[in-house]
Amino acid sequence: MPKLSELKPGDALPERQHLATNVSLFLYNAAVWNAHRIHYDEPYTTDVENHPGVIIDGPLQGDWLSQVVLDWLEDSGQLLEFEYTNRRASILGETLTAGGSVKAIDGTQVVVELFIRNEAGDITTPGQALVQLADGA
Amino acid sequence: MNAEAADNLLSDDVRAWIGRSDEPVRMEVSRRDIVKYSIATEQRNPRYLRGDEAPPMFLFGADKPLTPIPQLRADGLLEDQLLPDLPLKRVMAGGIKQRYHRPIKPGDVLIITRTITDIFQKQGSSRPLIFIVYDIRVTTEDGTLVMQETQSRINR
Repeated sequence: MPKLSELKPGDALPERQHLATNVSLFLYNAAVWNAHRIHYDEPYTTDVENHPGVIIDGPLQGDWLSQVVLDWLEDSGQLLEFEYTNRRASILGETLTAGGSVKAIDGTQVVVELFIRNEAGDITTPGQALVQLADGA
Repeated sequence: MNAEAADNLLSDDVRAWIGRSDEPVRMEVSRRDIVKYSIATEQRNPRYLRGDEAPPMFLFGADKPLTPIPQLRADGLLEDQLLPDLPLKRVMAGGIKQRYHRPIKPGDVLIITRTITDIFQKQGSSRPLIFIVYDIRVTTEDGTLVMQETQSRINR
């Protein structure tokens, strides 16, 4: 849980690794009612859409980014704004690392920079969040 | 820049879609749906896993109508009614910006309205890309603002 008085730009948030599986992608796409075949039909994905393998949903990675902030905040604050850009595709089988760091502090509001990094070390999905820390946090 | 990239892929007919909205979607939020989403996204917060409150990205996809299987495209996606006929057909996720005004809880009835705010072309690393930008506004039935979102979709 972040303490406002101790926070400074550059402070890292805890990282978390995600290894999607066919089962987890199936459940996610069922939950958001998305039947796009690039998330479960490997021959179609490679032969027709020319991706190297089954694609991990962009918004699922967006959700993982939001969790970096939410799990760091616990109950000490509130997420006001959140954004991300899917810069490059991630392929099923890749272990992705979600993390971030404090970018700026303005009163009780904190800007956090976020990233999803693939095994090659590339940032596939950068993001940013604005959080409101509770008084006294 | 190659010859293909120099082509303007966006006709006046396509650009005329900027400003259009589709029929608002009415959504009843259930605890079970929140729990399903929270499990699928591997949430750690018990508030989400119990379904007491929805995670911020819970509404992804909820702006679209539920379409019968015969009406889905060959790629599995629905034939989006709020989308001009584009010369590039393959779809990729772009990005999202959300601003939260009120938590989403089981029993909420939400009204989701989607409007095209921009359509533009950009040169990707190997091919031209078309970006379609949607403004998504989520309110309760009495008009209280719940969330505002800007979402981009990429056709390649």
